[in-house]
Amino acid sequence: MSEQGFTQHTGIAAPLDQANVDTDQIIPKQFLTGVTRAGYGKHLFHDWRYLDLEEKEPNPAFALNKPEHKGASLLLARENFGCGSSREHAPWALADFGFKTVIATSFADIFYGNCINNQLVPVALSSEQMDALFAAVKADPATKITVDLPAQTVSFNDTSFSFDIAEHHKNNLIKGLDAIGQTLELTSAIEAFEDKQPAWL
Amino acid sequence: MRFSYKPWQKNCEEHGIQLFPVGHQKQGIVHVMGPELGLIQPGMTVVCGDSHTATHGAFGALAFGIGTSQVEHVLATQTLKQSRAKSMLINVNGKLPVGITAKDIILAIIGKIGHAGATGHVIEYAGEAIRGLSMEERMTVCNMSIEAGAKAGLVAPDEKTFAYLEGREYTPKGQDWEDAVAYWKTLYTEEGATFDTVVELEAADIAPQVTWGTNPGQVIGVNTPVPAPEDFSDPIEKESAVKALEYMGLKPGEKLANVAVNHVFIGSCTNGRIEDMRAAAQIAKRGKVADSVTAIVVPGSGNVKRQAEAEGLDKIFIDAGFEWRLPGCSMCLGMNDDKLVAGDRCASTSNRNFEGRQGRGARTHLVSPAMAAAAAITGRFADVRDYQE
Repeated sequence: MSEQGFTQHTGIAAPLDQANVDTDQIIPKQFLTGVTRAGYGKHLFHDWRYLDLEEKEPNPAFALNKPEHKGASLLLARENFGCGSSREHAPWALADFGFKTVIATSFADIFYGNCINNQLVPVALSSEQMDALFAAVKADPATKITVDLPAQTVSFNDTSFSFDIAEHHKNNLIKGLDAIGQTLELTSAIEAFEDKQPAWL
Repeated sequence: MRFSYKPWQKNCEEHGIQLFPVGHQKQGIVHVMGPELGLIQPGMTVVCGDSHTATHGAFGALAFGIGTSQVEHVLATQTLKQSRAKSMLINVNGKLPVGITAKDIILAIIGKIGHAGATGHVIEYAGEAIRGLSMEERMTVCNMSIEAGAKAGLVAPDEKTFAYLEGREYTPKGQDWEDAVAYWKTLYTEEGATFDTVVELEAADIAPQVTWGTNPGQVIGVNTPVPAPEDFSDPIEKESAVKALEYMGLKPGEKLANVAVNHVFIGSCTNGRIEDMRAAAQIAKRGKVADSVTAIVVPGSGNVKRQAEAEGLDKIFIDAGFEWRLPGCSMCLGMNDDKLVAGDRCASTSNRNFEGRQGRGARTHLVSPAMAAAAAITGRFADVRDYQE
């Protein structure tokens, strides 16, 4: 699962001004039919993005379909983004669509971990900071937003916000490290721990 | 599901992983059949590629859902790197009133702390009302920890836990059993331990719960009028309420007793166990499914189905006009043909009332098994306490 690392990304944002966006909305169950990670982007936000089941009629009112947000590579949302089902298809779909980072007030735990494992950078900002970002994109959809992971900042216009991220998450994202490979280097310690377990386990 | 099922079966065979395949008599929803077989024991760390893995916390296990890459990591290394979670204690004080179930407890908790109220936390459920619950009821409570945003939820093991586990297929036997129980007895929270967050609820205040919105935190007692957006001070909650009311086709102040349902689903990893079947059957035998309602009962596992049939519950349901189905997830997520169409309104014992969860445009109201059975009979939301003998 090793991929290129993420250091800095600049792009325009699609504003999804909603709380509690769940993974059923991000990628509905009828599309969880593959055994690979590619090709989910066209079904991203299916129920909101399309007026029909065949995905032929885009919903013009939905943020991702608006011409001014075409080519967006950053997604803005509100609190508890990615709640619900643990399906990893959610970050797969977001990444496949072209998003490099999701900036939201907060993230559901499982979704957050899934993002880290898929080089999709989850950035949590305060509610007020999100207000400022949404306002900037509303005022000018072409606003360039930069996420700098080593510096832990989100910058746009003359504003810069810093964000928190666990050191090991940050490190893995920057280096695009293979988590399994890293852990396998600790095999002898893992086996020693397993040997200490009681007989009934 | 054949697309992902075949490679799965092949991989299990190749790597010596025991599989309970489709058609196996013990097959069922993993969160129902796993505990039935005694596979989940106190002190274990349990992970599974499903967010309702929190169910297994009922045994005093640390159990949480993970994504596909993490499953791969576990299979390859037997480990998973995790950040330390925050701790939350939820005390449900006092005795549970008659007619109030584990589902009502957990919905009331989510209603109080919110759909993201426990994000980043592991919850310990405690207090007299929780201690008074059976193991199956504790599973219902822990199951929906994720709907409160928690990573996991657990209940300290006690004599009920040990009694449930003793003699099950995969639990330790003989001296191992003695050793295991001695260890399990050490797994409790010390007096005076501190938690990052503490929440208190009075069991006496809990009414039968019904969700009115599109996330599980949007929930009220059955006799409480549907709220108005202005009832919420938080602007984001207010906006969510506007959207939810529109999606659900409800008006502020509306009484749930006047809201007609045309579907009822009893089952899922939340409420597909034998005690749930019994609770629903108790109500089902008091009447007939309303003409306007399609009602299905789906046991959570092969074992639940056989047990229910041995007790004659299937007959009660069928005589009352319910469909009695083969075990599985069914209408909880509408992944097979059990799905609703736009405008359908369903009283469901499942765990998610998200937009489109049971079918695009379909409206889901989460309730307990008894409340679901009462809704099937009345064709509306009825207060199950009116049906108590």
